[in-house]
Amino acid sequence: MRTAAVLAAIAVALVLQTTLAGMSLGGSTRVNLVLVAVVYAALAFGPVTGMLAGTAGGLAQDAIAGGLVGIGGLSKTVVGFLVGVLGAQFIVSTPVPRFLMFVGASVAHEVCFQALSALTESRGFRMQYADAAIQALANGAVGIVAFLLVERGPRHAAAGQLATLVEPQKVLDTRL
Amino acid sequence: MEARNSQLAAGNWQRVPGVVLDIRRRTGVLLLVVVVGQLVLISAQVQSKSGMPVFQAVTFGAFARVQGGTSGALHGVRDFWGNYFWLRGVRGENETLRRQVAELEVRLQEQRALASRSTKLQELLKLQTTAALPTMAADVIAGNPNPGMLTIIIGRGSADGVLTNMAVVSPAGVVGRVVGAPAAHAARVQLLIDRNAAAGALTERTRAGGMIVGVDKDPPLSMDLVSNLADVKAGDTIIASGVDGIYPKGFTIGRVESSERGAGLYRAIAVRPSVDFSSLEEVLVVLVPPRSATPEEPAPSPAGAAGTVK
Repeated sequence: MRTAAVLAAIAVALVLQTTLAGMSLGGSTRVNLVLVAVVYAALAFGPVTGMLAGTAGGLAQDAIAGGLVGIGGLSKTVVGFLVGVLGAQFIVSTPVPRFLMFVGASVAHEVCFQALSALTESRGFRMQYADAAIQALANGAVGIVAFLLVERGPRHAAAGQLATLVEPQKVLDTRL
Repeated sequence: MEARNSQLAAGNWQRVPGVVLDIRRRTGVLLLVVVVGQLVLISAQVQSKSGMPVFQAVTFGAFARVQGGTSGALHGVRDFWGNYFWLRGVRGENETLRRQVAELEVRLQEQRALASRSTKLQELLKLQTTAALPTMAADVIAGNPNPGMLTIIIGRGSADGVLTNMAVVSPAGVVGRVVGAPAAHAARVQLLIDRNAAAGALTERTRAGGMIVGVDKDPPLSMDLVSNLADVKAGDTIIASGVDGIYPKGFTIGRVESSERGAGLYRAIAVRPSVDFSSLEEVLVVLVPPRSATPEEPAPSPAGAAGTVK
């Protein structure tokens, strides 16, 4: 169930990513939704899931992008694993640490991706720092929203409604 | 059984007897396997010089179908809204007129290129007639999933006659070229502003030859290999020279934004593309099979073959 959910999330992220990129070309796509999905999976389910999600998402992204297959996959694998490990070591249940995780993961991914690209293309390491920073912040914002949507989504609302129904009954039972 | 299930539910995989293959206990090994696997994958591709990898071709083909469906649904919703809630008749008429204008602008570019070459052609070839370029309209169905890499996916593929390295243009000028093996109904197009793209080019005014390459800055094109002695000024129009055998000669690439004397032999020329790459919805694929570079114009360099992927 978890595997299916993670794969579905990555597939949706991939479709959304390409659709968004199709709407705004020219390098103006500032968010990497697949990376957001990978980091989310790592934070929610741990390093193994994060690593495998990174592998699957990255390889699919590479295959569609047309460059070397594996560069994005390897970057996301490493990032997914690291985020999963860090997520298990620290308390990341509030928005600020999560935001920092998303931002840090985005920067790490960009560094890893550019370094591998430089290695395979036999060129010097170059990185657009401003673009990387904007993308990291955008990924962080989207990630936080994703967490909020999932945690305060329909299931949470249903649980809340159930609680409001059950509580008066409990009070009544204790009084009786 | 109950205890085992409760332990599994609690995530205590290591304590459960019978769970022989527990990947959670071998996280390090798994990470190593995945990383090494991908390194091998990358290495195989870097050494390979022929064709698209099978994995890539299959994934691209399958995803193109999904993306085509998504794009179609999106267009359907947009069209529904446009046709029934937004000036139904005018919208249709506008669409037809836009297509006609796009076609006419392409023809205009061809005619302009022909006019600028007419003197030379009259002298050399004595009024050679040139047939109009066969083109095919294609919708842009997706952008690139990797931010920073500048490719698009169009909704035409090998079933429509699209071949690798075919030029893709728009009414405003050169867009890019088809890269990789096209799927049946989709093809990947490398934009001219991608850092790995290149095209043979010349200035319309002085016919100074050079090579247009994508760069990671603003403006996103640079014209390389133009001698410091050449007369190139800001405002000059840059057109495709056709030496690469891909882009049709005379099609507009952009306009010179700045031209300065370089430190070495060549000028530093920044070029603003004529195509607005931020709003590409429909493009035209030039249905002329790519040919090898010809010595028709002085070739800038062997690397001037358009769109060489590093």
